[in-house]
Amino acid sequence: MTTDPIIAEGLPIPPADEPATYMLSTHTQRRRGRRTGSPWRRPMAVIGVVVIAFWLLIAVLAPWLAPYDPLVQDFPRLAAPDPAHLFGTDGSGRDVLSRLMYGSRVSIPLAVLLVTLSTLVGSTMGAIAGYFGRWADGIVMRIADLVFAFPGIILAMAAAAAFGPSLRNAVLALVIVTWPSYARVVRSLILSLRESEFVSAARLMGSSARRTLLVDLRPNAAGQVLVLAALEVGNAVLLLSGLSFLGLGAQAPQAEWGAMVSDGARNFDSWWVGAFPGLAILTVVLAFNFLGDTLRDALDPRTTRALRSLP
Amino acid sequence: MVSFIGRRLVAGIFLVIGISFVAFILTNLVPGDPAAAALGQRAIEDPGTVAAFRAKYGLDQPLWRQYAIYLGNLVRGDLGISQQTRRPVGADVAKFLPATAELALAAIVISLVVGLSLGIVAAVFRDRFLDQLIRVLSLGGVSVPTFWLALAASVVFSVKLGWLPSTGQLDPGMDRPTDITGMVLIDSLLTGNGETLTSALKHIIMPAVVLAAYTIGMITRFTRASMLEVLGNDYIRAARAKGLPERTVLFRHVLRPALVPIITVTGLALGSLLSGTVLVENIFSWPGMGQYAYKSSLALDLPAVMGVSIVIAVIYVVINLVVDILYSVIDPRIRQS
Repeated sequence: MTTDPIIAEGLPIPPADEPATYMLSTHTQRRRGRRTGSPWRRPMAVIGVVVIAFWLLIAVLAPWLAPYDPLVQDFPRLAAPDPAHLFGTDGSGRDVLSRLMYGSRVSIPLAVLLVTLSTLVGSTMGAIAGYFGRWADGIVMRIADLVFAFPGIILAMAAAAAFGPSLRNAVLALVIVTWPSYARVVRSLILSLRESEFVSAARLMGSSARRTLLVDLRPNAAGQVLVLAALEVGNAVLLLSGLSFLGLGAQAPQAEWGAMVSDGARNFDSWWVGAFPGLAILTVVLAFNFLGDTLRDALDPRTTRALRSLP
Repeated sequence: MVSFIGRRLVAGIFLVIGISFVAFILTNLVPGDPAAAALGQRAIEDPGTVAAFRAKYGLDQPLWRQYAIYLGNLVRGDLGISQQTRRPVGADVAKFLPATAELALAAIVISLVVGLSLGIVAAVFRDRFLDQLIRVLSLGGVSVPTFWLALAASVVFSVKLGWLPSTGQLDPGMDRPTDITGMVLIDSLLTGNGETLTSALKHIIMPAVVLAAYTIGMITRFTRASMLEVLGNDYIRAARAKGLPERTVLFRHVLRPALVPIITVTGLALGSLLSGTVLVENIFSWPGMGQYAYKSSLALDLPAVMGVSIVIAVIYVVINLVVDILYSVIDPRIRQS
């Protein structure tokens, strides 16, 4: 684990680094675990990367890959899957497969945007709260509690009603709802690190608060925050499609997965209308979570140490 | 300890006031005219009716007056009149809250029982096949879209297999058990009404499990991670070195410190369950607050939206308070800071 643990963990590298860390072994319980474990462990990250790459490819190539226009309603309504329409047609006579492909151009980029925005806001607030404590902590965390206590979907509903339901407003509403979870994690990380000896040492050496936060504490917190962010891309896809399912995000006739599932809920007897977009959401979210979960193990120094110490 | 709880309680009260303010501001950003929304066609035909309506509900007052009126009523427990149902919001919430509470409680119980067990098993069998299986299952739980799972479950178990009812709390035409808590399941238990108990169980199992899917995954993953983190400590090695049985090490030295973060996660899980009920209640026609809030916000029914928000906020503040207190009982260091 030297330069970039994300890349190192994400690629199917055989565990060549084992002999070196073996020397650092601190306890020897469960020897068998590690041996049977490592071949099982890495494939999940690989599957995650492959599935995400697959969806990114679909998103980029949708105009060329999709067999039909996602908005054209030329076909028989609710036709079951057949060779002409592999995933059937929906309640308005549109090709489900084409809409599915175009849907990836909506959900994935917006989810990444959502996560980036809330990570930036949340980490800054959390670091300030955790490091300075006292009134800064009080104010930031009370705001966080305030937002947190707000039933998220109701806040999004209010925003959707206020500004008109649209995907952009759904993203903005969800940034407001989601930043506190990053703030909480960062705050608790900083809190637990603040009393560590290396922080005291840095402070004794005359390091400023800003320097201590950015140089000494950030690397210790960054891993977990990054992993949380990676995990949250999946969650963001879920939240956005949930709002669209309720009719508060994507608007008809836009091809969006959540809205497609809600079309499926209206056409109960035609399973293919809702089943495929739901599976699309599931695979994307699962892939991000597979990756995020592996990253977590790789980046969290404490659990990594615990895992590494097992021969 | 008492002063710690007192401080948290005061903070909680301020939080609720803050939330009432945010709720009030947010719902007043809505450009649609609630008077016009409530009166419909009559509003367009007769401006006089609109003016009368606005005066009646204080909508012609300046915003800060409206808030003061609202807050004053709130202190007296009056949440206003829902423009949609024409009933006091307090009464509406009281009517819909038990169903939501019942669903959320059932889901959190399922999540904790399943999640804690799976998490502990995964940590004990770390990196072996069982751990990997649990890992994939829990990741599946947090990855599956609730609204789609609800749809799929009702198509499979209600429409195709016909095993479980797809909507409502009880069989149609069945009388509710004597009202004690308002929760059908608990009332059936308390009154010993076997008939409604069976029916209520049949109705709640599918929505509760669907709702719990996410939190099961969440709690499983945090339990495992938390256990592993503790397992990496030197004092665990010391405990093993002095020859303590693995059982003692696991349940006394690992589980207790590992539980601290899990308490927070459970609090968060309850919060996410309350939000998740909006999606689940919609699909299963569960007569709870989620559906009420959704329908109210679509109808621009401001008092109802504010009322529901404040009630859920109060519930959340109470959950947080309990989490904080539990936290300080388990880890006394928290109290001092």
